[in-house]
Amino acid sequence: MNSKKYDFVKFEQVDKSYDGKELVVKGLDLDIAEGEFLTLLGPSGSGKTTTLMMLAGFETPTNGEIYFDGRPINNIPPHKRGIGMVFQNYALFPHLSVYENLAFPLKVRKVDKSEIEERINKTLKMVSLTGFENRMPAQLSGGQQQRVAVARALVFDPKLVLMDEPLGALDKNLRESMQYELKHIHESLGVTVVYVTHDQGEALTMSNRIAVFNDGKVQQLSGPNELYETPVNSFVASFIGENNTFTGTVKEIASGSAKIETDSGETIVANPIAVSSSGEKSRISLRPERVSIDPNEQLENKFTSEIREIIYHGDHTRVRVNLLGNDDFILKVPNASSDLKLNVGDKLDLGWSSHDCRALDY
Amino acid sequence: MTAEIRTSDGELLSVKLKKVERRRRTTAFLLAAPLLFFIVFAYVIPIFQMLGRSIDNAEMNSFLTETHEVMQTWDGSEMPGEDVTSTFYYELKTAVENKYHGKIATRLNYEKGGFTSLIKKTSRKLKNFDENANFLDQFIDVHKKWGDIEYWQALKRGTDAYHFRKYLTTFDYEQKFDGSIERIPEKLRINVTLWLRTIFVAVGVTFCCFILAYPISHLLSVLPTRYSNLLMICVLLPFWTSLLVRTSSWMVLLQKQGVLNDTLVSLGFVADESRLELMYNMTGTFIAMTQILLPFMVLPLYSVMKTISPSLMRAATSMGATPFHAFRKIYFPLTYAGISAGSILVFVLAIGYYITPALVGGAKGILISNRIAYHMQQSLDWSLATAMATVLLIAVLVVYWLYNKIVGIDNMRLG
Repeated sequence: MNSKKYDFVKFEQVDKSYDGKELVVKGLDLDIAEGEFLTLLGPSGSGKTTTLMMLAGFETPTNGEIYFDGRPINNIPPHKRGIGMVFQNYALFPHLSVYENLAFPLKVRKVDKSEIEERINKTLKMVSLTGFENRMPAQLSGGQQQRVAVARALVFDPKLVLMDEPLGALDKNLRESMQYELKHIHESLGVTVVYVTHDQGEALTMSNRIAVFNDGKVQQLSGPNELYETPVNSFVASFIGENNTFTGTVKEIASGSAKIETDSGETIVANPIAVSSSGEKSRISLRPERVSIDPNEQLENKFTSEIREIIYHGDHTRVRVNLLGNDDFILKVPNASSDLKLNVGDKLDLGWSSHDCRALDY
Repeated sequence: MTAEIRTSDGELLSVKLKKVERRRRTTAFLLAAPLLFFIVFAYVIPIFQMLGRSIDNAEMNSFLTETHEVMQTWDGSEMPGEDVTSTFYYELKTAVENKYHGKIATRLNYEKGGFTSLIKKTSRKLKNFDENANFLDQFIDVHKKWGDIEYWQALKRGTDAYHFRKYLTTFDYEQKFDGSIERIPEKLRINVTLWLRTIFVAVGVTFCCFILAYPISHLLSVLPTRYSNLLMICVLLPFWTSLLVRTSSWMVLLQKQGVLNDTLVSLGFVADESRLELMYNMTGTFIAMTQILLPFMVLPLYSVMKTISPSLMRAATSMGATPFHAFRKIYFPLTYAGISAGSILVFVLAIGYYITPALVGGAKGILISNRIAYHMQQSLDWSLATAMATVLLIAVLVVYWLYNKIVGIDNMRLG
């Protein structure tokens, strides 16, 4: 385990601009460990796909250097990098059968015929497509095409596999089962995967670490639960999961707790993450599931709200309330607590601990 | 047995479906009907009438019906008997009275040279004939050619209602009066040369168009819309100019004292006394036809290339293929449909090309279509012209048939 490289892939101060006016990627520093499943997550236009394309070699960094397994690769053309890639729309060769698609990277590498067959059989078995060798891509369903694309990227045993929103074109159920399948393939092969997606659910279920991109920069790089539980800025907090926010000004600050006066005049006790001095403007983030209804225990924050809307979601009910001037405060009420009778217009007492409510940048 | 399915008003489902569909089909047909009638009456029927002329000799047959019938019993081995000559005399007399003997003369002249003067002279002297004497002797008295049995054989053959001899002429063969088929004398052979040249030019122009159009189409398909539209206009610009104007401008460019030669001389690439012969030969035909037919290759190629996702080439290189290998194994095979559609369009258009070879081709650059025009307009041998046109049409249909067999006609797209 100790021989594992933590900087298997290394981005060093990488900038990228397409038009010479705007930077799409700004001063990117990123280390990817060997065997890791790293996801680049972000809204469209945030620079995540550009980062992936630079690693694959289809785009050249405007500045900075990328290292792969210790070697700088800026001047190595894509076909010499030996990096497997799964494309958004699969990019299967439509005029070649499944077998020929998989044989393509092996033939290029002059692998001999019997070994090609052996490796293809092994890889097809891994993605459970044995028996589909002679089908043409057009004769496969979306999910099957996706598996062929994955198999093709893995069949030549690359050390690094890049995936560019590979599940984007699949329907919801198929996407979820493919997520598990990809995760299992990654675990069993131990290959390093860099995965690009804008779907936070996908990122949270599959990754070892997630790099959240926005505006050409990595906003936060951490494990899935850390990212969800302890976002470091308001972009990450709002991008990952559901989020209730208040804006206000810091009045008092001590270690581990800050008193913040909201715009509506009330004072909330919060966990200071990105604020350090009183007088600073702050955006307070609070996850819906961390709010208690009719709180009994001793909580620093207790307020009364008014129900505005009730939306039934099957396993839970979402309740939109007005709280401290915020008309879009969302509560998630599990449907097990059927004793709760909610009606629009009712008053509802809410409370939460100061630790769960994070004071972030404005 | 499956039970009969009925709709809720009790009718058989299949009957009801037909009824409902019939109205839709009738509407569709009526909408298309004007075009259909136009095509049938202004295009299909005239073409087939024209093509029919290559074998049709019914008019001639009607002028000399009885002579033709009587001659069927004559085997042509010795001079015809009085039954033939007398019938011919009476029918020729009717022809002279109704003033269509000129047509007979022209038509028989195609069968054998010298018939024009023979018929004209005979017609003038016809009133001096003694209807009780031997007709053959009197014919020979009028003109000694009547003593040559070949003229009588030609008369027999020339009055057949249908014949296929023009198709032999199309390929430089002729049928002798004894029925044997032989090649015509070498110095008269021209059609086979023209056929071969036509095929050579059509294949060559198709190839040149392919070589030029492939990179252009690729560029068109990958450039951002802003630039590709501009380039597309450049490609289509020739379509907006008259064919005649385009060909004439090539004459301005290519002639010995033309723009191209002047430029080359002034740049010192070519000496003034050895200016390049770019026109009135095959070079001119090739250059002008390639330029004019280029859009027909670009459009199908472009429409196919536009559908090829750039990620395919990226995928191939990410798997370790060099750009050239990826092009050869992935991109190029995916453009086959465009190449074949463009090639067949250019080939079919080139094989029947007329104006350009006529203007810039000179004697060494003319094609079979120019020969067809010559027979239509100058020699007035419409039968031969239409026989050639029929062969050309069949050749084109065969090419289409092969294309459909190999590629499938529904793969043809223009954009």
